[in-house]
Amino acid sequence: MSTTDAALPALPSGEPPRTTRPGGVFARPQTDTGWRSWVTTVDHKKLGIMYGTAALFFFVIGGGEALLIRIQLATPNGKLLSADLYNQVFTMHGTTMIFLVVMPIGAAFMNYLIPLQIGARDVAFPRLNAFGFWCFLFGGVMLNSSWLLGHAPDGGWFNYAPNSGVIFSPTHGIDFWNMGLLITGIASLTGAINLIVTVLNMRAPGMTMMKMPVFTWMALVTQFLLLFAIPVLTSAQFLLMFDRLFGANFFKTAQGGDPLLWEHLFWIFGHPEVYIMILPAFGVVSEIIPVFARKPLFGYPFMVFSGIAIGFMGWGVWAHHMFASGIGPISVAAFSMSTMFIAVPTGVKILNWLATMWGGKLKFSSPMLFSIGLVTMFTIGGLSGVTHAVAPADTQQTDTYYIVAHFHYVLFGGALFGFVGGWYFWWPKAFGYALNDTLGKVHFWLMLIGFNLTFGPMHILGLQGMPRRTYTYKNGYGFNFWNMVSTIGAFVITVSFLVLAYNILASRRKARKAQGVGTGRLTMAADPWDGRSLEWMLPSPTPAHNFDEVPVVRSLDEFWHRKYGEEEDGRLVRIAATEDVVQKGTNTDVHLPSPSYWPIVLAFGLPFIGYGLIYSLWFAVLGGICVVGGIYGWVMEPSVDPDAGHHDPEPGATEPEPSGEAAADEEAALVD
Amino acid sequence: MTDATATAIPHDAHGDVGVTAHHTPSDGHYVRVALFLAVATALEVILSYTALHGIALLVPLLVVMAIKFVIVASHFMHLRFDDKLLSKIFYTGLLLATGVYIAALSSLHVFAGK
Amino acid sequence: MRRLRSLTDIAAPSTTEAGIPVAVPDGESHGLSHATSTGISNEKLAMWCFLGSECLLFGGLISTYLLYKDKAVRGPKPHELYAIPFTSVSSFVLLMSSLTMVLAVSAIQRGDQRALRAWIATTALLGATFISGQVYEFSVFLKEGMGFTTNAASSAFFTLTGFHGVHVTIGIVMLLSVLVLSLRGRLPQERAEAVEIVGLYWHFVDVVWILIFTVVYLIK
Repeated sequence: MSTTDAALPALPSGEPPRTTRPGGVFARPQTDTGWRSWVTTVDHKKLGIMYGTAALFFFVIGGGEALLIRIQLATPNGKLLSADLYNQVFTMHGTTMIFLVVMPIGAAFMNYLIPLQIGARDVAFPRLNAFGFWCFLFGGVMLNSSWLLGHAPDGGWFNYAPNSGVIFSPTHGIDFWNMGLLITGIASLTGAINLIVTVLNMRAPGMTMMKMPVFTWMALVTQFLLLFAIPVLTSAQFLLMFDRLFGANFFKTAQGGDPLLWEHLFWIFGHPEVYIMILPAFGVVSEIIPVFARKPLFGYPFMVFSGIAIGFMGWGVWAHHMFASGIGPISVAAFSMSTMFIAVPTGVKILNWLATMWGGKLKFSSPMLFSIGLVTMFTIGGLSGVTHAVAPADTQQTDTYYIVAHFHYVLFGGALFGFVGGWYFWWPKAFGYALNDTLGKVHFWLMLIGFNLTFGPMHILGLQGMPRRTYTYKNGYGFNFWNMVSTIGAFVITVSFLVLAYNILASRRKARKAQGVGTGRLTMAADPWDGRSLEWMLPSPTPAHNFDEVPVVRSLDEFWHRKYGEEEDGRLVRIAATEDVVQKGTNTDVHLPSPSYWPIVLAFGLPFIGYGLIYSLWFAVLGGICVVGGIYGWVMEPSVDPDAGHHDPEPGATEPEPSGEAAADEEAALVD
Repeated sequence: MTDATATAIPHDAHGDVGVTAHHTPSDGHYVRVALFLAVATALEVILSYTALHGIALLVPLLVVMAIKFVIVASHFMHLRFDDKLLSKIFYTGLLLATGVYIAALSSLHVFAGK
Repeated sequence: MRRLRSLTDIAAPSTTEAGIPVAVPDGESHGLSHATSTGISNEKLAMWCFLGSECLLFGGLISTYLLYKDKAVRGPKPHELYAIPFTSVSSFVLLMSSLTMVLAVSAIQRGDQRALRAWIATTALLGATFISGQVYEFSVFLKEGMGFTTNAASSAFFTLTGFHGVHVTIGIVMLLSVLVLSLRGRLPQERAEAVEIVGLYWHFVDVVWILIFTVVYLIK
């Protein structure tokens, strides 16, 4: 390296440690092991792992709900679930999978990887990041607590008015849906602001926008979509909440309320939301495929610009969810056209992945298999999506299983395949051991087969006219066979994830035995896949301070170009041994953002405000005290512990301290 | 342009017409802007009391409103003097909002018959 | 020395003409650490992102009002009750609070703490005046038979203006916090940007009212 900025993060070492007691409440947490380190952490890597873990927890719940649905529908006249319970189960399955599984798994990757890929020590606002995670977790828990408190939401994940009103859904289920998702919305909004600022502002020297890895690019587009889409849902949810709890008249048809207003607001949010879920997975496979094809990504600028184009066009297609609602021929024609157009940038991406593989030295390890799974399965889902764009055809498909098949092909076949591939790919980087590749392949094939068995037949069922969201069907409609196939497929998927769970445990046990570390910390080589981007320069698992010295970036795929050069005939030639270009993780002089109790305190109050609005305002008072106390504790606490600095050599001098403004941001975000 | 200057005075490197955050307009300028805004508001109120109605009232009111909005954003919120990136982010949000909501309202026939 | 940059290259970190990053001597890297890739501070960028996001929140509420403003099965519609002269005065008050806010920012940029406190206090006072006016307006509407639940139009009206009022109230709390920080000597001239960012929020609340005043009150 021609330059060193090791001085960048370091305080003059040897300063005496000092414990600050901001507001005299909590001693500032100092430990970096044990449960307290997880509760108070502001480390983007720990938070990333926590996002992933919590999402897996909710995945088990949402998956269980899916199995209940499939068992109910396996045979005609299923008796497992009543109609009422079925409504709750499919509502919570959808809501959980979207808001508590796919989005947070994306957030897990983005939190963990963005700072590493742009050469930063952490995100721009570490405490805000922790706050976002706790909001997501508590919001999700609150939403699911409705199961225990009487009645889960039963209006579908979209909660169409007026069906979501008190008259048609008199239990508190939909109030839980409202409150829980308002709280996770705060998580999304703060996370979006945080990661946008991180990507724009915290890049290593030389890392121009067009040298950023595609994953970081897709994450940036995703965060902008969240930034602008979440408030639309928030405004709609406030209207619904005021209707249900305070007697407002937004969606009461007798008072002149217009149910289509809800549909518009919901889908103005809802369609960008689709891209919020899929773009991070696109980013993941755009990282994996070049590594296992040993070729640079084909058409990097096209990849970036098609991502941006999807981001923009995603705002102009929402009404294709409403073709059957009578919005009129002009609206239908306009949105039909725009929906067909949005297939173009998506097609560009698929072409580029194929062209990246074309002529490459393909290596079919588990991450690559899952990526190819995404490319193929998403293509099927994309094609069935284009058939929805044809409005007259869509009128026939609306509310049938054909739609269910379509969006599972893009969200399960797309997003989830990509994310699972990402787990296999970055697992060594996060945990210091690799997952067994053979078991990974078994997982992949079981998941691929199970997935197609489950959702493939739904195309047929849908075209045969089987309605969705209906708790059973009668014998003799010709639905029996394919429903049974579909249920069997769902169990194959379950088995495939059990294989993953076994793989995690077995691989860890094996690695521990091999390294002889007992229950201690596992480590492994920095660069197991011969990777391309900066995170592979770091030891596995990533040290707390990320980079010993912040790299100076000269090119796209910086790390690759430090290892390999090109001969005149274009042949790859190694110019440096991997061990010589990776960092050692030995810099102990780095001062990190200080852990804090306040994010969890602040977030903890929010669900109580929610419960308070539903049950008794006393809970809200309790929650309010928690929130206000949290904000003031947060503001009083110096963002930089005097004895453990930010990545900032002179804390306190001209220091742009996030506390006041960040908290102010949040105060505002809280009322949103 | 060497690296040192680029990083030491980032506003000069990226900012608009060399005006940095440390070189913002004078207080007198702000007072003049505020006077203009006050006059514009008065104009709006007067317009609403005239015999104008329908589109003839709507258009001038909306135009004055937009002018007021942009002037506050550009001068009081310093968008004119700050990095263009901030304007891009803010106006992206604003234009997205305008676009999607006008489309949604048209499809709900709010503007029909006006 | 501003060169044209490509659309995506919104913020190139330090590079030479050839696009090759330059080694920074150790001594200077202290200065470097404060510089962000864009030259904009994290906090300011974050606030602008947040305000961009708020546009869509208020857009949704304004649209709801536009859709429902004539939907009243019973009770009066909001625009039958508006007292335009009164609302014009309170709009003027809020508009002027933007002036005093910007003067406060200008004061701290000069390092003039006394002027800062005076202008911040004035801004908070003007904001409080506006809120009092809103509370008075609401109470009059209630007396005239238009409550939150009376009809769709009234629900939409109170939701929109209420959301705005909550934003103003939060702004006042932020202003008072700035005042306390300044009194305790924790707002040196170097931290002028903190006041500027609070100001951004305040001005945004003002521009939202510019929209509401015209779209909701003046257009019938």
